[in-house]
Amino acid sequence: MANLGPADYSPYPVATYDGILTPPEGKALLLTDIVDEEVAMREIARVMLTSENATIFPGPQVLYAWNEEAKEKATLIKEMAEVLNAKMIPMYDYRPKYPKIDAAIEINPNHPNLTIWYNNIKACIFIGVHCHYANVALKIVRAETDCYTVGMCSLSGHEDAMATIRDQHASDVARFIKIAREVKQELGK
Amino acid sequence: MSVDIYKINPEFRDIMPKEILDLEDNATWEGEKRGINDLTDKKEILEEHSLCAGCPEAAALRYILASLPTPSETVIVNSTGCTSLMFPHIALHTVHSLFGNQNAVASGIKRVLDWRFPDKTKDVVVLAGDGATIDIGLDYTLQSFFRQEKITTICFDNEVYANTGGQESGSTPKGQVFKMAPKGKVFDKVPMWELAVTSGVQYSVKLTASAPKSVAKVVREAILIARELGPTYIHLYTPCILEIGLDANEGLWEMKEQDKDRFVSFKYVSPEAEEYLKNCKKEGIL
Repeated sequence: MANLGPADYSPYPVATYDGILTPPEGKALLLTDIVDEEVAMREIARVMLTSENATIFPGPQVLYAWNEEAKEKATLIKEMAEVLNAKMIPMYDYRPKYPKIDAAIEINPNHPNLTIWYNNIKACIFIGVHCHYANVALKIVRAETDCYTVGMCSLSGHEDAMATIRDQHASDVARFIKIAREVKQELGK
Repeated sequence: MSVDIYKINPEFRDIMPKEILDLEDNATWEGEKRGINDLTDKKEILEEHSLCAGCPEAAALRYILASLPTPSETVIVNSTGCTSLMFPHIALHTVHSLFGNQNAVASGIKRVLDWRFPDKTKDVVVLAGDGATIDIGLDYTLQSFFRQEKITTICFDNEVYANTGGQESGSTPKGQVFKMAPKGKVFDKVPMWELAVTSGVQYSVKLTASAPKSVAKVVREAILIARELGPTYIHLYTPCILEIGLDANEGLWEMKEQDKDRFVSFKYVSPEAEEYLKNCKKEGIL
């Protein structure tokens, strides 16, 4: 089993108990601090580029071509994975899977820690996951793993992620990719 | 819901599991020819499940899902029971309701769907066991019939509370002994298919799941009638082979036996429904 996360054995593995709230509009959350979006984007890119087995977890909102923005984001996320040298593991369904999930190739919000443990993932980005399931998954990951989690949310962000940027639409994802390219160059990766 | 939600963005096809790719490429969603024949060579909308080997209920659910006229426009409401273990694996909208109130939940869903999507035909199908339909949920079941809700109710009757250890239910036949009903049932089996007729359903059928084609025909008829006229009811015998001491390969035999006994065919079709089915046949819908 991997090392435990910041919530550890707390009976309340919830960031709000530590006074952490989602960032206000135009800002981002980085651990316990509210920062400018660009600062957070740079740090997210740095963590993803320097952590073992960095992985992007695309959710149903981007996996399936159900509207124009989903199609646009899919192209951008593929590009993002290339820039960050990250793997992609899909969260294509929220329902528990029996008899068990194949942790090598899929992630499920009811036991996301299994995929993170199995693949030894030290940094990850949740994108396109509906908020209520992102909240469930991020709490479990926060308590059960030492993985650095990023919530790229098109609504108000996720306080249970180590870093979260909010209101992320296609143009914002493109901006993140641009910043990630710069960071990658700075790091010589 | 739309089938479009299963169209995977091409950028992600290489990371999606095979069963999800198959769902897009090889599942039968719509079309007049959709039916149980697809079970042999098409991707089913029920993924692997954890019911017992040889369980007749699992087979019945496969026949039902293959027979839905338009699965992408169907919402299934279910209740606690063995079938609950299969519902997470169905590629449709399913709602797990509180035990017994599935027909009340289905009524609300159907009304909202009709209001929200007036230009679409939405089917709401209740799938629940005999405990939920006939015992604990009898009030809700009958009230939905009284109110003429346009929903289809399918009762999987295994004549026992199976997954809680074998207690007798209203649907248990008189004299039957179970592990937790050692003295034998004192009262007769509740004739739910007859109560349904008295309560105003347009269509009530009792049968076993021994003949897939019969199940398919009845399911299709019941859903089409419910769309236009009012409530329909299917009472389907799906024995719990564990509770009655049979082997995995004996479920079919048991159902065939009961075709001639407690589950001898019963079919009621209201005059309006009969007329409607004739028109459906003429139009090639059936």
